[in-house]
Amino acid sequence: MSALELREVSKTYGTGAGVVQALRGIDLSVEPGAMVAVMGPSGSGKSTLLTIAGSLEDPTSGEVLIDGTALSGMSRNAKARLRRRSVGFVFQEFNLLPGLTAAENVSLPLELDGMSARAARAAGIAALEGLGLGDRAARFPDELSGGERQRVAIARAVVGERGLLLADEPSGALDSVNAEEVMRLLHEACKRGVAAVVVTHDAQLASWADRVVFLRDGRVIDQTAPPPGPESLLGAAPGGRPPGSHRLPGEGP
Amino acid sequence: MSVRHALLALLSEGPKYGLQLREEFEARTGEVWPLNIGQVYTTLQRLERDGLVESDGAGDDGPQKGFRITADGEQELAGWLRTPPDLAAPPRDELVMKVLVAARVPGTDVHEVIQVHRRYLVELMQQWTRIKEAEAESDLGLALAVDAELFRLDAVIRWLDSADGRLKRAAADPPRPAPAALPRLRRRVGALR
Repeated sequence: MSALELREVSKTYGTGAGVVQALRGIDLSVEPGAMVAVMGPSGSGKSTLLTIAGSLEDPTSGEVLIDGTALSGMSRNAKARLRRRSVGFVFQEFNLLPGLTAAENVSLPLELDGMSARAARAAGIAALEGLGLGDRAARFPDELSGGERQRVAIARAVVGERGLLLADEPSGALDSVNAEEVMRLLHEACKRGVAAVVVTHDAQLASWADRVVFLRDGRVIDQTAPPPGPESLLGAAPGGRPPGSHRLPGEGP
Repeated sequence: MSVRHALLALLSEGPKYGLQLREEFEARTGEVWPLNIGQVYTTLQRLERDGLVESDGAGDDGPQKGFRITADGEQELAGWLRTPPDLAAPPRDELVMKVLVAARVPGTDVHEVIQVHRRYLVELMQQWTRIKEAEAESDLGLALAVDAELFRLDAVIRWLDSADGRLKRAAADPPRPAPAALPRLRRRVGALR
């Protein structure tokens, strides 16, 4: 079962002459453990796709399923509950609450979902430790660096048993070394079974994904083929050594 | 890339054998650029001829022949490290030419041509990123070499993105004829047209 499935999803804003077709018949499914990047220029519909996938907005037509459950016909409250339990969001601007510590920010969605404060706090601290931020748990967001703030936001997105991560330019505000760290952490979450959709115009971020989907004018126009593995690339290096003589990932030096 | 200067850099750490130079070269560059041993010895011979390295054992050309850098060699290396590579002249880039041609060939959708190249480049970047993800923490040389490749490919994709947008805008609003002041610039970029 797909962690996320979009079937023929379209979204229209406005009416009459001012109508804008933001999405036109999008089909997309993301399996558990997969990271899909959605690439496209400004105005191609990337962010709309993400807000609809996260049930923050309803499609004009088509169907969204999270963990096999169709969102259409769900009440506002039911959608909010599904979001808290199953969907983690990571935004470019981190969106941490300034008056709460790192641990409180991370445990908040669990408490909102009815978990006891103590259990939520323990889960929050465990999630921070998992991202190498154990010693930052009691700090407030303005006492953290940009890279640390985004790692707190990732901890908040993966805390609990959430199966779907939605990220909108998750490292857009960071330098390239911190951006790489963010993508590495998101990809590690995927290897543990989380499904992720990362929306970006940055090819370096997109290249962390298992599959890259190209969006133009609200349509999926193309996507990458499954990766053939690194040996093809090193085999193509100038001077062409025989296959098998290269050090491959996982073999060690 | 200059094998000559890479070998001088390795010899600046101390005397080494040919085989050892090849192994160290490959290890330091994350094995991204394999080097054959013949290339190493030919380069060493030229460096010796130019007085930039010297060897022990005059007649012996075998693998036991050691090389060391000379004072002239050290000076050459210091100068090379600080000489900017030739990035000033626009290269006759095959991809640039294909996109320029595609924009003019009747019945060709230039945006589709651009997407074919964009997808291919992103797929290449995915492969490099997988290598980096698996190995970069333990191999700094590899991480640096892969980063360089990723930034280079990223720059090409950015050019494609900007060409895509520029062509789209030009189709909606065709550019006016160029004013007369431009012929000199046009001649200079003529190689691309």
